Amino acid sequence: MTAIGSEIYSLNVNGRELPVRDSWIGESLLFVLRERLGLPGAKGACEQGECGSCTVIIDDKAVCSCLVLAASAQGAAIRTVEGLGPDGRLSDVQQSFLDAGGVQCGFCTPGFIVAVHHLLDGNPDPSDLEIKEALSGNICRCTGYGRILDAVKQVAVSRRSGSRGDSKEGAR
Amino acid sequence: MSVSVAAPPRAGTLGTNASRPDGIAKVQGGFAFSSDMWAENMLWGATLRSPHPFARIVSIDVSAAWKINGVETIVTADDVPGVNAYGLIVQDQPVFARVGDLVRYSGEPIAAVAADHPETCKRALEAIKVEYEVFDPVVDPEECIAGRAPEIHPHGNVFRHQRIVTGDPSVTGDVVVEGDYEIGMQDQAFLGLEAALAIPDSGGDGVELYIATQWLHEDRKQIAACLGLPEDKVRLVLGGVGGAFGAREDISLQVHTCLLALRTGRPVRIAYGREESFYGHVHRHPARIWMRHHATRDGRIVKIESRMVFDGGAYCSTSPAVLINGITHTQGPYKCDNAVVDGFAVRTNNPPCGAMRGFGVVQACYAHESQMDKLAAACGVDPVEIRLLNAMETGDKLITGQVVDSVAPVEECIRATAAIPLPPDLPSDADFRDIPGGSGRTADRSHIRRGIGWGVSIKNLMYSEGFDDYSTARCRISNGVVSIKFATAEVGQGFVMLAQQIARTVLGVDEVLLDTIDTQVGSAGSTSASRQTWMSGGAVNAACVAVRDKVLAHVAQYNDLDAENLVVDGTEIVDIRGTFRKPVAEVIRHLEVDETAEYHHPPTEDLDENGQGNCHVAFAFVAHRAVVDVDPELGLVKVVQVATAQDVGRVLNPLSCVGQVEGGIAQGLGLAVMEEIVVTNGKVRNPSFTDYLLPTFLDAPDVEAVFIEEFEPKSPLGAKGVGEPPCISVTPAIANAIRNATGRELPRVPIRPYDVCL
Repeated sequence: MTAIGSEIYSLNVNGRELPVRDSWIGESLLFVLRERLGLPGAKGACEQGECGSCTVIIDDKAVCSCLVLAASAQGAAIRTVEGLGPDGRLSDVQQSFLDAGGVQCGFCTPGFIVAVHHLLDGNPDPSDLEIKEALSGNICRCTGYGRILDAVKQVAVSRRSGSRGDSKEGAR
Repeated sequence: MSVSVAAPPRAGTLGTNASRPDGIAKVQGGFAFSSDMWAENMLWGATLRSPHPFARIVSIDVSAAWKINGVETIVTADDVPGVNAYGLIVQDQPVFARVGDLVRYSGEPIAAVAADHPETCKRALEAIKVEYEVFDPVVDPEECIAGRAPEIHPHGNVFRHQRIVTGDPSVTGDVVVEGDYEIGMQDQAFLGLEAALAIPDSGGDGVELYIATQWLHEDRKQIAACLGLPEDKVRLVLGGVGGAFGAREDISLQVHTCLLALRTGRPVRIAYGREESFYGHVHRHPARIWMRHHATRDGRIVKIESRMVFDGGAYCSTSPAVLINGITHTQGPYKCDNAVVDGFAVRTNNPPCGAMRGFGVVQACYAHESQMDKLAAACGVDPVEIRLLNAMETGDKLITGQVVDSVAPVEECIRATAAIPLPPDLPSDADFRDIPGGSGRTADRSHIRRGIGWGVSIKNLMYSEGFDDYSTARCRISNGVVSIKFATAEVGQGFVMLAQQIARTVLGVDEVLLDTIDTQVGSAGSTSASRQTWMSGGAVNAACVAVRDKVLAHVAQYNDLDAENLVVDGTEIVDIRGTFRKPVAEVIRHLEVDETAEYHHPPTEDLDENGQGNCHVAFAFVAHRAVVDVDPELGLVKVVQVATAQDVGRVLNPLSCVGQVEGGIAQGLGLAVMEEIVVTNGKVRNPSFTDYLLPTFLDAPDVEAVFIEEFEPKSPLGAKGVGEPPCISVTPAIANAIRNATGRELPRVPIRPYDVCL
């Protein structure tokens, strides 16, 4: 597929301005992140915005990147799972998923990690029901969600007790 | 009183929550799933599929597709250099349907293209013109059994028919209960869609395939035959696997991807979308089961009669084995001396069905556990009491005549589950998200009724009927570094973690490297049938023990000690009769040891014409109790809590066991109230996550789990597989809970709103 009708444009991802070259204008943000910008963390599992595996944060909103036309995301601040940990280290949410047993096959994990960061940045003290509702757009087929719930609660507790590693700083 | 406290196990060894070696990459988004594989100069591949469930291909015209800029090759059946057929048990499924031949299900591959962009592929597929002579599809299994349907395939329309007759078939009971049950077609719905990257050898006479699969060596065998290549010219490397649950046991895109790469001389990636995934892999068999229980007045089972029909769809896959699993588990985890069972697995023009977690036992269990509640009601006995009364024990005979020589703590599972506290009543001010219908805010609180239901099951472990599904592992020490190699497919279950735990425990080292998972070592068998902890765990253990023995012999020789007296104690080698004590790490620093081991389970037998024979290797047991809230007017169900006690032999990794239990329960819940591939006249009506409903975070119940730990002496590590039992009896437990709440018979799963309220 030649890039006729598509000019080079750039996307602001994890604080860096990245040029998108040779792109067909119909490509989704998910495709461009994965196939053109070398950021495979966001995953495609349904292409309909039903499973949340492709969740990224655009201008402080958690969105399904499979439903966003890449070219339309110019000028927005995009954050992916690759940009959450400070200096390549694990964010508190990432560490908690490992400690609590929230990772099995791992395919849904990046989308969940992004969604949990987004949830806790907006609501540092969510109830179990608020956690479940906020994450009900992310499908996990392996875990049955129990260990993920544990992971989220552990992060919320440790952040409230003041031991948080501030993931937002890590992304910048 | 003196109290002795055993030292806690060393971090990362057996019995601990070791960390996953792939965990950091998975949470950071850097783990390479097969859909993330990329190569320089790579092309994209795509597959053209039949829209018709039953038709003859009159012609295929690819000329317009060739003219599209960016199209590099188009392949059809004529381009398959080897055998144009594959299959796990019999090779009855074409790589591509050929002109003049039949397509037998909606979604059958006809051609594949390779091009420079996925969008180019899509346009090329649209440009291929296929002319069909369309027939009425055969969709009723009973028509196939009766011989009234047209022949779909030269191999016939019945994959297998097997009877089981044991004891006295004429015996009757004081109490008789019966029912007709139906189980819908469930999808494994792993999240990581089918994807593969094939890289051709520079000479074009071989290929390397990065593939998400459950069994590398079986894939290789089938791929090599289709490509007309010797097996050593086809090398498979496990691409990261995003879940499997049975759906990756069969060939899907493997041959197509290799073929395109060999034709173009360039790397090719095929990656299915979700809709294509529904067409591209086998599903759980829909089944119809009639079952009749005869019992004494007080509820002891005297005889079971059953007829089971599994719809295998268009191609064989594992249908014959699924059937055997179903019928040999007719009695469930209960004593039964007399039985007459008739089972059929048949071919139709419905989507092909094969392996899914539970493998035939899910269907049988739904029927027998529905029956147990009927029997309890007929005898005036509590559902728990009827199950305790009939509970199987070690030494009991199955209806196949096989003696259950596994640990069989059925009673313990039931009692431990019953001891788990019930959840509190639904509070009058319950949040709307916690009641049936959830965020839809539709349920009327005053209408909600609570129900409690039970399910108990038995599940065979490993392959059956004489199959030697051995596993292989290699353990090396080189320059002080321990590494393990195996071909075991890590699909998410955590075998990579377990292999390290075994090596750390046996060898007394903390650092254990894992070699690439590929076909450069012997077969591991499939990651299925709850078998890898037992089989590949056994192989890794055997390889590590062989290496340890060499190390101990070396120490004995150079220190003038008796190797018989040397043991690995923690991270040290110790002479139990002397004073010698030295860190393992120090001893192995300059050693080179390399051992490969195979683990085979004891042989099993085929069934005879009466279904008699020692066909299974071992068994695991589990009990489930479900609590539901139901709005009977709207047919809405909320599964509040699932309590479970599972027979696991020995817990090797507590968090992993919990993960398997909770995940399996969510899948069983899906089959109970949400998940079904709806097929009308051979066509899938809901091939998307918008229309095929999976349990979300809000649908998942609170799970209270207990493990019944009794070392299984037959198992190399004392552990039983834990993967399948969680998803088996939870489905009837939920159904029984909904029956308890509504008083309705509800003979089929998934239970849909209109089944409850109309």
